[in-house]
Amino acid sequence: MRYAMAIDTKKCVGCSDCVVACQTENNVPLGFCRDWISETTDGTYPKLELEIRSERCNHCDNTPCVRTCPTGASHIIDGGIIKVTHFECIGCGACIESCPYDARYFHPEGWVDKCTFCDHRLKNGQLPACVSVCPTKCMYFGDLDDKNSVVSKIIATRKWKVLAPEAGTSPQIFYLV
Amino acid sequence: MKEEIITSGRMIPNIDPVLHVWHWQIPVYLFLGGLAAGLLFFASYYTLTGKTKNFPTAVKIGPIIALFAIVLGLIALLLDLKHPLYFWQLYTTIRLESPMSWGAWALFLIMPMAVVWIASYLKEIFPKLDSRKKFASLLKFIIVETETDKEFNWDWKFNWLRKFEQFVIKERKPFAWIMIVFSVILGVYTGILLSAFNARPLWNTSILGPLFLTSGLSTAAATIMWMSKNHTEKIVFSRIDLLLIVVELFFITHLFMGYVAGSQVKIDAAHYFLGGEYTISFWVNVIILGLIIPAILESLELLKFKVPIAIPAALILWGGLMFRFIMVDAGQVTRYLY
Repeated sequence: MRYAMAIDTKKCVGCSDCVVACQTENNVPLGFCRDWISETTDGTYPKLELEIRSERCNHCDNTPCVRTCPTGASHIIDGGIIKVTHFECIGCGACIESCPYDARYFHPEGWVDKCTFCDHRLKNGQLPACVSVCPTKCMYFGDLDDKNSVVSKIIATRKWKVLAPEAGTSPQIFYLV
Repeated sequence: MKEEIITSGRMIPNIDPVLHVWHWQIPVYLFLGGLAAGLLFFASYYTLTGKTKNFPTAVKIGPIIALFAIVLGLIALLLDLKHPLYFWQLYTTIRLESPMSWGAWALFLIMPMAVVWIASYLKEIFPKLDSRKKFASLLKFIIVETETDKEFNWDWKFNWLRKFEQFVIKERKPFAWIMIVFSVILGVYTGILLSAFNARPLWNTSILGPLFLTSGLSTAAATIMWMSKNHTEKIVFSRIDLLLIVVELFFITHLFMGYVAGSQVKIDAAHYFLGGEYTISFWVNVIILGLIIPAILESLELLKFKVPIAIPAALILWGGLMFRFIMVDAGQVTRYLY
């Protein structure tokens, strides 16, 4: 099993519903977020190109955060989801420094917090909160090992990119372009 | 010209707009760790070469400073942790992939070594208690006064401690072998800690390990030559330091050659030092004040000019500290853009 997400940059309008859904679902403390919206403007006026992305932890295949964690608090669970065990985390910040996507942050209680792909919802057969609320249905979630999953099908047929592939992390969030 | 503007609604403290997770504690700790590693290296080295008589400061006083440096460094490290009550989790596992894990273990093991090393020389450093009454009263739980006609007028309170001391004194060389290995691990670790983070292009270069080790040895040599009251020792360490400065300049040249010949993120990282916001602080504090001026002063001294040793020594320590502050700070600014 390999959970992954595909996000259609042509459909995303940057409404931030995914951000709010995540904050509500996961009790994210005020002022913090596990997912966020990035807007990039490319080119020179008047020839500009806009891309809107919903970003989060890429649940990479090659995980610098798990590698640099001195206590093993950062770990990989079934489906390639990267999680942090709160009581093992000493709050050293090594994983935050090692993430090219700055997807982790210090929870006010001291441990490091991040996106979990809503693994507690997956167990009940539900989609991650962000995916389930998206009003433009621009997010696709599923198992890459299953050739018939919605995410496998969409990345087989559409052109996509990943963020900072040169960082060598083999990210698992695919942005459809 | 092609432009790219990235805006994001995210504004997490210490992460946006630029990463600033590691504050003063980490550079201070890297400096003290490097200094301690260097001091213990020289103490072990001169024990292994059988020159303990010629280098009393390096062998006997250096490790005392090293122990203080390690303790202060550990305090700094503990202050850096956001979940400090769980620090013991570091010692429930050994993760070879994580430099911080084996660095924590190296520190954990080298600290008792330094304590034993110092204790085994305590009778030589403080043979008489009279002048050190206060110090003696602090150690009352472990030492007792003895008759004054011997070379020293105190001894360990417990027999097993006396036996252990004799054992350490007899086996100084194997002990020094172990400590020299751990001191090199500790010195290299201070650099590898940073270079393991490939998300920060400025740090992600393998030369950082040897560079930080050399810098640590250099600060240690400066400390020894400053503390030493022995003329030959002063001169030897001044020469060692001069050599280390040359090696350090060589490594720094390589460091920048690597950046400039590297990928775009490395070139961007180098630009922070070659015209960007860290240019003045780096070249003035680290290169000119921390390396070139001490090198000139030490060369003048070699040519028999009279130079107060405190000036080059203090400058080297300043340069070493600033180097770590700038590297830790600037490294967090450099990143991959997407």
